[in-house]
Amino acid sequence: MLADKDRIFTNLYGQYDWTLKGARARGDWDGTKELILKGRDHLVTEVKNSGLRGRGGAGFPTGLKWSFMPKQSDRPCYLIINADESEPGTCKDRDIIRNDPHKLVEGCLLAAAAMGASVGYIYIRGEFYNEAVNLQAAIDEAYKAGLIGKNACGSGYDFELHLHRGAGAYICGEEMGLLESLEGKPGKPRLKPPFPAGVGLYGCPSTVNNVETLAVVPTILRRGASWFAGIGRPKNEGTKVFCISGHVNQPCNVEEAMGIPLKELIEKYAGGVRGGWDNLLAVIPGGASMPVLPKSICDTVLMDFDALRDAKSGMGTAAVVVMDRSTDIIKAFARIAKFYKHESCGQCTPCREGTGWLWRVLERMATGEAEVAEIDMLLDVTTQIEGHTICAFGEAAAWPVQGLIRHFRPDIERRIADHRARAQMAAE
Amino acid sequence: MTKLTIDGREVEVPPNTTVLQAAEELGIEIPHFCYHERLEIAGNCRMCLVEQEKVPKPIASCAQPVAEGMVIHTQSERARKARHGVMEFLLINHPLDCPICDQGGECDLQDQAMAYGFDRSRYREAKRAVKEKNFGPLVATQMTRCIHCTRCVRFLDEVAGVPELGMVNRGEDSEITNFIERALTSELSANIVDLCPVGALTSKPYEFIARPWELRKTESVDVLDAVGSNIRIDARDAAVLRVLPRLNEEINEEWISDKTRFAIDGLKRNRLDRPYVRRDGKLQEVDWHEAFAVIAERRGAIPGGRIAAIAGDLADCEAMLALKELMKALGSSNLDCRQDGAAADPAIRASYIFNSGIAGIEQADACLLIATNLRVEAPIINARMRKRWLAGRFKVGAIGPALNLTYPVERLQFSEAAAFLGGARRPMVILGQGALRRRDGAAILAAARKLAETCGAVREDWNGFNVLQLAASRVGGLDLGFVPGPGGRDTAGILAGCAAGEIDLLYLLGADELEMSVLGHAFVIYQGHHGDAGARRADVILPGAAYTEKDATYVNTEGRVQLGRRATFPPGDAREDWAIIRALSQALGKTLPYNSLRDVRAALIRANPVFAHIDERVPATWGAFGAEGAIDAVPFVYPIADFYRTDPISRASPTMAACVAAIEAKTAAERKVA
Repeated sequence: MLADKDRIFTNLYGQYDWTLKGARARGDWDGTKELILKGRDHLVTEVKNSGLRGRGGAGFPTGLKWSFMPKQSDRPCYLIINADESEPGTCKDRDIIRNDPHKLVEGCLLAAAAMGASVGYIYIRGEFYNEAVNLQAAIDEAYKAGLIGKNACGSGYDFELHLHRGAGAYICGEEMGLLESLEGKPGKPRLKPPFPAGVGLYGCPSTVNNVETLAVVPTILRRGASWFAGIGRPKNEGTKVFCISGHVNQPCNVEEAMGIPLKELIEKYAGGVRGGWDNLLAVIPGGASMPVLPKSICDTVLMDFDALRDAKSGMGTAAVVVMDRSTDIIKAFARIAKFYKHESCGQCTPCREGTGWLWRVLERMATGEAEVAEIDMLLDVTTQIEGHTICAFGEAAAWPVQGLIRHFRPDIERRIADHRARAQMAAE
Repeated sequence: MTKLTIDGREVEVPPNTTVLQAAEELGIEIPHFCYHERLEIAGNCRMCLVEQEKVPKPIASCAQPVAEGMVIHTQSERARKARHGVMEFLLINHPLDCPICDQGGECDLQDQAMAYGFDRSRYREAKRAVKEKNFGPLVATQMTRCIHCTRCVRFLDEVAGVPELGMVNRGEDSEITNFIERALTSELSANIVDLCPVGALTSKPYEFIARPWELRKTESVDVLDAVGSNIRIDARDAAVLRVLPRLNEEINEEWISDKTRFAIDGLKRNRLDRPYVRRDGKLQEVDWHEAFAVIAERRGAIPGGRIAAIAGDLADCEAMLALKELMKALGSSNLDCRQDGAAADPAIRASYIFNSGIAGIEQADACLLIATNLRVEAPIINARMRKRWLAGRFKVGAIGPALNLTYPVERLQFSEAAAFLGGARRPMVILGQGALRRRDGAAILAAARKLAETCGAVREDWNGFNVLQLAASRVGGLDLGFVPGPGGRDTAGILAGCAAGEIDLLYLLGADELEMSVLGHAFVIYQGHHGDAGARRADVILPGAAYTEKDATYVNTEGRVQLGRRATFPPGDAREDWAIIRALSQALGKTLPYNSLRDVRAALIRANPVFAHIDERVPATWGAFGAEGAIDAVPFVYPIADFYRTDPISRASPTMAACVAAIEAKTAAERKVA
């Protein structure tokens, strides 16, 4: 269990002052100038050594990502902050922005200094109105206090930070879709390559980072890479904000060490599963796009990137969605499939055509109006989407269905058989 | 150079190549829908997925740049499975209505479904249906068939420069639409029909007319402007059913204008299919013998000085040569191929051609347009200008009224022109007929020449002095010397002579753009294919062949000699034009010395060796042309007011009339909104 002294987000629940005054009292903006003056290479190396992996879902090593930015560029470099938190079940960035916005603002400055970016854009989800208000207030405070802007913190480094509100499309949280949207175009992800570090926003070198990733950077730099790397398991170091929702007694956000057992996480912080652990049916460990895990796996699985990957699921955004035995699991996944059908941008074929197909078949399976052979067909359709699309949305749409079939095939078969029997009875 | 291996074969390609292009180098075809070599890469159809070794996911070969040592498999199990999957997705919401789809037989989706499709569908849900859109009178839409490749969107955005199409909504509800559903306002709009890989966008005038395998395909050239776009004429029986572009990188790439494509229904209307003679003020049908007899009788002993000939804009070189030689035999030097009286120096070829060539635009870095509205006068050349502008570092200035050419144009006075072009490495001047047609045309020609010379537009390695001709016959006519001989009258002189009773016999070879009311009592012979202005005034009509009905030579504005080929026979008694003149010469007792097309072509080469260079652009030598003189302060006027109706064929075309109506309706509606 993570000791209180090792928590980064000390105001995650908003019991203290979120403004600059409160943030400073909690140790933010302390020695930022000195950190910047240690230079680009130091910053990138520290973050690399800390083992920090991107908190937006894919878990790409952050320091490595930063090192892709050109050392010298005749074009401006941009830092883009992805605050378009849309993955169902995820609400960590929201609380960070709401209650600890200065962690993010300071993180932006340090990341920008590490990459030579002179301008940062925070792309915040449109629905996060109050959060955007807080964040803008924090940015304004930071400007006023000389913490960002010209000669940020007196370090000689110039950094402008802008807040941009999105319009609430899930796909605008995909980094290439986000860049398009930020440029004022429809949020249809661009092709990779070229990667944003070469050709990003307005054709200039850019890096897109998640809110949580940047918000932990100042503390890592202040306390040292080895402190952060000492928490969790190798390659899965550090702390992480978990969002626990669903059929638990006390849904909550909590910062914990990576690699905490799922059961411990739920029991300790969320007051346990409704009706006790034995009433658990399944858990989606990383937001709606990650494959579901049945209770048998949940009993022992650890919550980090590699352990969940080995369990054929994923850490994702660490949004733990708990479902107890009252859940109609097929219907639940039909609903998730409907979400992905609704949010597909429609640009490339497999996702545009496939997501609707998945949803329609699952709707029928939820009522039992399907053939048993269609289960395998559905699985095949998911493999035809997965990996064949421009962005990772294809995986996001396919994996939940794959997880469902992997672990709950007997339930689907039973549902179909029951429907058959009912229909036959009615016919007789 | 980058070396990579595709299907076990090594290939070396330049570093910016994509995997798909590298495969094409090897002759390996990778199926694709959205990729088009002349459009920006979209990578959205996912049909071109291939397997790359050591890469977990299949890659989109159209968008993936090559890398050293890459190993690609286009036919591996994984690659094929990926494409099968994409094909299945494309088909689940695509109506299986091939039997009633105009694209049938030339449909990319149909063809590739043969290779990658299943023989039955696993899709049990309801198929999507999408409302039709109104893209105007040229492009028919069946949007249910759309596979969202966005080629049409990209074409209008990039090539045509008229961003009127886009994708609205999301996911499976995505639709291609022009949003405000009115006609597309591009002179190149129907190219999206060719680009559409399925039957979502088809040709409206050709709707449900024929299947591709029923058509005779003839490779020819277009004559409705002076660009000489390369076309393929598709005909069935006696009717030309459609015109498609033919690839020619030097001229039209693979685009054609809407007029080139759709004016052909004018070939079926208002045609002259019998000789006519005017008796008692009324035209009466006669046979060829009688028509010739009437002409011979009327000619009688009229001296050559009282005979004149004018060649129209669609005349072919063979006919003009024959007519010129006939006039010579009759002792007349009153002939002109310039109905509009435009200035040109027939002795110096560089004074009337597009010296840099159309492809040469891509090398220019500054261009000055003088009295030319390229977008309506030569949409294909305008597309090339836009392409050059998109490539960057290119400025365009224009002298004349305000223009919308789809790229920014700086409006200038003539006095500012030298400063505008100065400093450019390859400056270019495009001189339009709006300037040359004026009374002071020769003075403007001289001024433009001097401007080109002082700005360095005329050098050993570069000639950026370009005249944009509008008539397909013009350069050929000037090359043949179909111009007044010593002491002869030009067009204005001939018309004045007719009015003053000094010309008794006037031969109009397809000349319709003249003021017929001033011809006085002259006896007018009209040889042509449409009952247009010339035929209405004529005393004798000799029915000729339209450009789709004869093997004929044309020279485009670049001075490139090209061959048009016969796709169908002329209607009724109409004949090929040179043959008519040859027959008439016999009736007049001045038999011309050729009996076959081959003889005429040999005579063409004797008249000007340029005609030996088919499909080539022969560089012209420079000289001093134009005439010193004052230039009027009167502002320029662009010569073409109505793109869709410029010649007897397009004026007879119902489709072109529908275009005019649609554009008018759109403009009126927009005005109302504004």
